[in-house]
Amino acid sequence: MTARVGVVTFPGTLDDRDTQRAVRVAGAEAVPLWHRDKDLKQVDAVVLPGGFSYGDYLRAGAISRFSPVMETIIEQAKAGMPVLGICNGFQVLTETHLLPGAMLRNDNLHFVCRDQKLRVETSATAWTADFTDGQEISIPLKNIDGRYTAAERVLDELEAEGRVVFRYAGPGADGRAGGAGPTAGGYGNPNGSLRDIAGISNAAGNVVGLMPHPEHAVEPLIGTGRTDGLGFFTSVLKKLVAA
Amino acid sequence: MARVVVDVMLKPEILDPQGQAVQRALPRLGFDGISDVRQGKRFELEVEGPVDDAALARIREMAETFLANTVIEDFAVKVES
Repeated sequence: MTARVGVVTFPGTLDDRDTQRAVRVAGAEAVPLWHRDKDLKQVDAVVLPGGFSYGDYLRAGAISRFSPVMETIIEQAKAGMPVLGICNGFQVLTETHLLPGAMLRNDNLHFVCRDQKLRVETSATAWTADFTDGQEISIPLKNIDGRYTAAERVLDELEAEGRVVFRYAGPGADGRAGGAGPTAGGYGNPNGSLRDIAGISNAAGNVVGLMPHPEHAVEPLIGTGRTDGLGFFTSVLKKLVAA
Repeated sequence: MARVVVDVMLKPEILDPQGQAVQRALPRLGFDGISDVRQGKRFELEVEGPVDDAALARIREMAETFLANTVIEDFAVKVES
């Protein structure tokens, strides 16, 4: 049986079609989910794609959090269903408190759009099992509210529990506020995220959020020709087949 | 009708690059003597019915769960007029 991966569309979501395509390229069935529907159509996993849901009004992800579809997703995520939040989807996951911390305006105040080098810090999540610990990948990054922030004790806890899943990598990734700036060739911390954090997971490892965009790097024909993003989607398929 | 104002500000320890950009622009415009700027949000709520303790408690709950993200922001509730 083909695994069913739901892709949520909020008003203002941009990357739902690319995400559906990535799911299909990985070999699963992509199931469109509408923000007003509580029903998840028996999907096995959910992706919250990027964009500007509700125009980023109030705060990025703050209003989407209260949509009917999120009520069911929060419930299911707590019961172990794999959930991936990409960019705006990551912001929604922090607003729902499924993931700790919050996203702030980039410290350089630029909208940063570039291929971004990342280090996969752990393969022990539902969405990173097909990578190896410490593997470096490169996928597109595009946002202005991408500066990950959390209290020091929360950051310590994330590190101690192995829940920092992705870090911005390459020369210049020194965690310094100001980062490497938007034009530094895809290396280093693009936005002042604390401890170079690009993505994190919940304690169980089924909920993962990150700012860069794996769904834009799944086919050699487009973008930089790299398919480093495909591993996210094949990872969750393996997990679902094994379950 | 009474108005209740909710002010939301980034916590003091959170870097506010927008406020910094405003502060740095001030001397160029001839406004001297401002050592720091923090930028926040102000919500003006027109309340139906009396603003009693119960109504204020609901507004505080609204501010805490929705208007502010208390991971990064503080809020203050004030009754006007």
